[in-house]
Amino acid sequence: MSRNPNVTAAIDAEGDIVRFDDVSMRYGRGPDVLRDLGFSLAPGSFHFITGPSGAGKSSLLRLIYLAARPSKGLIHLFGHDVAHMPVRERPHLRRRIGVVFQDLLLLEHLTAFDNAALPLRLAGHQPPDYRNDVAELLAWVGLGQRMHAMPATLAGGEKQRLAIARAVVGRPEILLADEPTANVDHEMALRIYRLFVELNRLGTTVLIATHDQDMVARSGRPALHLENGRLSLRPPQGPAQA
Amino acid sequence: MSQIFDPVRWRPAPFLPERDARDASLIFVVAVLCFLACLTALGVVAADRAASGWSRQLTGEATVVVRARGGETPDAAAARATEALAGVPGVAEARALEPEKAYDLIRPWLGDISDLEDLPVPRLVAVTLARDAPANADALNRVLRAQGLDASVDDHSLWIADIRKAAGVARALGGVVFLLIAGAAASVIAYATRAGLAARRDVVEVLHLTGAEDSFIARLFQMRFARVAAVGGAFGALAAAGCGAVLRLIGGGEGITPALPVAWADLLVVLPCPLLAAGVAAAAARLTAGALIREMQ
Repeated sequence: MSRNPNVTAAIDAEGDIVRFDDVSMRYGRGPDVLRDLGFSLAPGSFHFITGPSGAGKSSLLRLIYLAARPSKGLIHLFGHDVAHMPVRERPHLRRRIGVVFQDLLLLEHLTAFDNAALPLRLAGHQPPDYRNDVAELLAWVGLGQRMHAMPATLAGGEKQRLAIARAVVGRPEILLADEPTANVDHEMALRIYRLFVELNRLGTTVLIATHDQDMVARSGRPALHLENGRLSLRPPQGPAQA
Repeated sequence: MSQIFDPVRWRPAPFLPERDARDASLIFVVAVLCFLACLTALGVVAADRAASGWSRQLTGEATVVVRARGGETPDAAAARATEALAGVPGVAEARALEPEKAYDLIRPWLGDISDLEDLPVPRLVAVTLARDAPANADALNRVLRAQGLDASVDDHSLWIADIRKAAGVARALGGVVFLLIAGAAASVIAYATRAGLAARRDVVEVLHLTGAEDSFIARLFQMRFARVAAVGGAFGALAAAGCGAVLRLIGGGEGITPALPVAWADLLVVLPCPLLAAGVAAAAARLTAGALIREMQ
């Protein structure tokens, strides 16, 4: 098994949220977009994924949120071997993962409130149990006056914040975000980053794919750097900031 | 100006869009298919009733042809046969038909000649059989032979067999046409489900990745297409029942539909149509949705 020793320090630790062993991935019969990845994420860790466009950041996230299968290697999520897990158990794993998709994937026929509440509804929660929490969360991300709005009427930044609200509303054990600050201004980017830090403090493992090198540098968090399909660990460039 | 959002008054919206531009065309197609299926079912029921009626009429009667023998006159032979037949168990009534009835039967072959009475034309005896335990042709023949009569019994069994065979063929054909139409409806709905899922792939993907179980997503589409098919089925059934009612009003058991008499009760045959359409749609949608979701795994 090929593992990069720089990023596998915690690989044998018990209770890893995510563990990749020698994982490669390709689309169809194309070349490998990810090659021989080996890394693990401990509970409560906070990492960025960096790398140039096309390096495979989104593909790596897709593997973690079970939207794609590896062409080689083993992936463990919450201690489960994904390849040998019955299909019917996958939804239960997905509910433990919050995802901010790169293309947001908001449901156009639902209001902002219904979009944000979606993971809770799918998990079987009843409206009286969560409607105030959802309203508070939307107010917190600056959508307090737009809860009834349909996504088509929201600005780009508002959509981004709504997608983030949906990803975090269920208090996931791990939050995956694909370019979550791509369409927001600097002030909102900082606010979103602080939300992620706050969730991380509450115990959520956070993994953010981003081009924003400035945010990575100022955050003081480690980065998994992807280049040509291969992964390397970049240690924090300074003290962690909230 | 934005409305005030009141979380207390909020009710969850359906996971799938309530209306779809494609629904109208799918309802139309399902309605047409259900209309044809209901018309087929109406035709089968009417054919069945016609066959049963004819069989019942024919099995309740027998005709005896009596030929004079020796110096006996045809009328005397017919009278003896009538008397003998009336005493057979399983015979409700035996009645010698007027000689004119026999003349009418042979006139097409012999032409309109005036002295038919001089010819030894066989006489006809109409036998009405008991409804509960009708006598058969063998029993009647035995009695006639015992009386030394030259007679032959026609219990219409040949016709009855033909009618039953024709009714069976009509039923089988109707069943095949009905199954073909149901299959076509299922295919159309499966196609529409696939198209609907493809158009709503974003919804399916979000639900899928947000933790919805595959069976839950399949059930959403199953319910949706079952509802659409039920509406289409109801329209088709109503249209077919309307056609049946018009046929009954203007023709009934005679007139325009003498071969296929439509009764008011026959119109009830369309009642299960919306339910059946919904069932076929639900099964087709569930299978299609399940297969498509598995492709996303």
